[in-house]
Amino acid sequence: MSKLLTISPSPHVHTSDSVNKIMYRVILALVPALAWSVFMFGFEAIRVTLLAVAACVAFEYLIQKYIMKSEPQITDGSAALTGILLAFNVPASLPTWMILVGALVAIGVGKLSFGGLGNNPFNPALVGRVFLLISFPVQMTSWPVTQHATVDALTTATPLALLKEGVKAGQPVSEVMQGLPANLDLLYGNMPGSLGEISALFLLLGFAYMLWKKVITWHIPVFILGTIFAFQGILWMFNPENFIEPVFHLLTGGAMLGAIYMATDMVTSPMTVKGQLIYGIGIGVITVLIRNFGAYPEGISFAILIMNGFTPLLNVYIKPKRFGGTK
Amino acid sequence: MSITIVYTMIALSAIGILAAVILYFVAQKFKVYEDPRIDEVESALPGANCGGCGFAGCRAFAEACVKENELSALFCPVGGNDCMTDVAGILGLEAVTKDPRVAVVRCNGTCEHRPKTNQFDGASSCAVASSLYSGDTGCQYGCLGHGDCVAACDFDAIHMNPETGLPEVIDDKCVACGACVEACPKTLIELRKRGPKDRKIYVSCRNEDKGGIAKKSCEVACIGCSKCFKVCPFDAITMKNNLAFIDSDKCKLCRKCVVECPTNAIIELGFPPRKIKADLPPKPAVKKEAPVKKEVKATEENKTDNIEKK
Amino acid sequence: MLKTFKLGGVHPAENKLSADKAIEKLALPKSVFIPVAQHIGAPAQALVKKGDQVKVGQLVAKSGGFVSANIHSSVSGTVKKVDLAMDSSGYPKQGILIDVEGDEWETGIDTSSTLVKNFETDPKKIIDRINEAGVVGLGGATFPTHVKLVPPQGMKAEVLLINGVECEPYLTSDHRVMLEKADELLVGVRLLMCALEVDKAYIGIENNKPDAIKHLKELAAKESGIEIVPLKVKYPQGGEKQLIKAVTGREVPSGALPIAVGAVVSNVGTALAVYEAVQKNKPLVERVVTITGKSVKNPANFLVRVGTPIQYLIDAAGGLPEDTGKIISGGPMMGKAVASTDIPVTKGTSGILLMQDAEAKRQPMKNCIRCTRCVTVCPMGLEPYFLMTVSDKQIWEKAEASKIMDCIECGSCSYTCPADRPLLDYIRLGKGKVGNIIRSRKK
Repeated sequence: MSKLLTISPSPHVHTSDSVNKIMYRVILALVPALAWSVFMFGFEAIRVTLLAVAACVAFEYLIQKYIMKSEPQITDGSAALTGILLAFNVPASLPTWMILVGALVAIGVGKLSFGGLGNNPFNPALVGRVFLLISFPVQMTSWPVTQHATVDALTTATPLALLKEGVKAGQPVSEVMQGLPANLDLLYGNMPGSLGEISALFLLLGFAYMLWKKVITWHIPVFILGTIFAFQGILWMFNPENFIEPVFHLLTGGAMLGAIYMATDMVTSPMTVKGQLIYGIGIGVITVLIRNFGAYPEGISFAILIMNGFTPLLNVYIKPKRFGGTK
Repeated sequence: MSITIVYTMIALSAIGILAAVILYFVAQKFKVYEDPRIDEVESALPGANCGGCGFAGCRAFAEACVKENELSALFCPVGGNDCMTDVAGILGLEAVTKDPRVAVVRCNGTCEHRPKTNQFDGASSCAVASSLYSGDTGCQYGCLGHGDCVAACDFDAIHMNPETGLPEVIDDKCVACGACVEACPKTLIELRKRGPKDRKIYVSCRNEDKGGIAKKSCEVACIGCSKCFKVCPFDAITMKNNLAFIDSDKCKLCRKCVVECPTNAIIELGFPPRKIKADLPPKPAVKKEAPVKKEVKATEENKTDNIEKK
Repeated sequence: MLKTFKLGGVHPAENKLSADKAIEKLALPKSVFIPVAQHIGAPAQALVKKGDQVKVGQLVAKSGGFVSANIHSSVSGTVKKVDLAMDSSGYPKQGILIDVEGDEWETGIDTSSTLVKNFETDPKKIIDRINEAGVVGLGGATFPTHVKLVPPQGMKAEVLLINGVECEPYLTSDHRVMLEKADELLVGVRLLMCALEVDKAYIGIENNKPDAIKHLKELAAKESGIEIVPLKVKYPQGGEKQLIKAVTGREVPSGALPIAVGAVVSNVGTALAVYEAVQKNKPLVERVVTITGKSVKNPANFLVRVGTPIQYLIDAAGGLPEDTGKIISGGPMMGKAVASTDIPVTKGTSGILLMQDAEAKRQPMKNCIRCTRCVTVCPMGLEPYFLMTVSDKQIWEKAEASKIMDCIECGSCSYTCPADRPLLDYIRLGKGKVGNIIRSRKK
């Protein structure tokens, strides 16, 4: 035989799935929400997204090639995904240079300083987002008016911010609610907010697609959203004057975006279902606490980053159910 | 404003003093007596924590040295005789000297000498490949070339040569800790006595197949012909399972066996070129850059400037 | 709802190309190489020497201990030599090379195809006969069957499971046996039940073989105590522990043998070999082997004499395709890649799979993205990503504490890893190391 046969250990077949496919499928799942934000914010949404994606990919390439001196891995789609998620988490009016700073922090600090894809303990896009939020609080909370709003202003406040201001001013929730959009508007995303977080409906559509393609499992999003609903529901039942009904919290802010796309980031979430349960409950509880009692109107980014920190611990102490283990 | 600064300073100083007092008493209370000689011995050791002595690290080795009454069973291969003399001095014991050793890879099955018979496509690890099958050449005893020895070396003393696909030891860096010996699933690496000027003669083959089979799978295999065994004046060579072995403690580096070997399986390194060698085809000597030299105190060994490869 | 095991599992493309090809008898080769170690346990001791004349069915190597098996000549002819040669293990192994001359069987062996239904009911005699005939597990593990039939002191078998799952993609030899040799198979099952003194046997078959399920169900309806259990198509449904869990709901405890939950598992091929050994006095000298692959001209199921070089099978199936990149002895999930076509068919060879160049190569390994898929698919509830890391870093205590010894090496983790990491390569390595550590501790 002239040709050499290949020898390798079993198994000799492999699934057609790959890291690249996973990344591109998540990106695909985000397209409906992106389309909606283009509809709502116009060209600005495209500018921010393209810029963030280009910056993330470029920074990943440059850092890997010239600082880490390794083969750039930009084709795996993870940098592009980080870019999209970063863009989804900022207002559509954010200045260009801030986006670049955010991308640099997300990729440089959040991801590559730990060794690149797979080694980062925190979600890179959220690291970038939180860095921007703390560094430039004014620009990060100036929400552009949507294209279809009737108000005559340049910037406005998100429903969550309105709620927080109202409650802080001592108004009862029922009164504040008068000025808030109806739940149906919240569902399909007729409200101001970060670029990609506004439409719960389209984010859920992407979730359905990812479940169908088996990119992620239902566990983490359901645990998080369930916890937010349950915890806020309890607060609301005890004191409806100070706490708003739970559905509002599911549909506003980044709850959907965070639960479905950010918390499920494979690298930074626990490996076992039991671990994911603790992780999800933790994110839900911290989110509700920050939203109701914290200084910021929105808290899911902080909640996810905090629970990201617990992930290694959960991986060490929460073991899967063993076959033939003690019953 | 200034009063705030004063208050702050007072408060912080108070906390600092309080903490210091607490720490002092805690330290007194929980003091563990430790033989001060352990620290002394440890500072005399190289501090490489390589585990070449068989202990978990230099500290563990130092503890063991202090505990023992004599040092015959304990030896730090990295520090060598000088280091052990120091340790013995600290402990007031007698130093046991050992010949310095160096790792030698006993396979010369380069891509040219040993044609591939299949291609391995698994995890790049000799251990994985060896547990799967005999290897990607006809020789089941030879080097697999995935570099487990390189990964095991803490001293950067062994590297894969991309041309030959075989690991090469940098003598000056090798401390004979034995990590590569452990790592090699084919037990190709041996710790041999360092000859003067790093000269060495060894059978660069571990093939135990019968001559014909061995020769077929690798041009430079030891075919077990026993010619070297017969010619050796010092009884340094033993024959076992169709394979010759030169005992480095007995070998006097006379080079008689090298000429005798019909397959060039016996390798001589570090020698000046032979004067009369008409019967052997001349081979180009590969000169290698000498790696950064380590400071060596008393012995005249370890001082070759280059390694000549035959 | 079909029965299945709960934890993990994958579903690779089935590719049962030869499922509708009837079993054909393969012509005798010119010479055979019969390794003396074709089973788990001690190798057999060769009884013949160069120049000896042997007949088909003659004992040529004697069982080398309790966990060992007899080896019989699969052909008649002259012993050429007793020497080392490569077998599917990847290392040269001791074996007997025989030049084939004619086809003369040892007297007393019934080579006719008549069904012999009435049988000996003394368990001891049945087990002795199985032992003599050198019957081993034909599913691929090749554990000597007579050892399985004698439960350790204080344990009692309660139920017999017959493994007709054939969850490996491509392979169809068990499928064909169930279709074509169903009557013999059921007598074999009865014999095994009798030997174990149990009154209940289940034959587990994956639902992708509806014809076999239907055929066996019809026949088993006449027998008492034999039940056919259709199972969900999920790999590794045919794993011993998974099969027990699926059929009986019992979970074999970590580190224990199936007998701990009163179960004994045997392959359908083994049951057929038991029938032939006891009823026909015929030792295990031939077996059904699937020869298959996407580029193979005529994928087929051959009845092959043990020791036949796989080159003969490849030729009979239309020759070695140009684009063959890898030859596998066994199925694609657990089979072994072999380096040449000279290696012999042994008792454990269930199939020969010729893979195309494109399929043969692995993708380069990428960073672990902790997607949890390996944990999700592991049928033993292990954490392959973690076991790979500790094996690579040689932290054996952690590997042992994380139950590395429970790994059944099914390959689901490596199969499913999107980052193409060689999880099982390292786990297998770690398992070997940890096993050695445990054994040295016991000493």
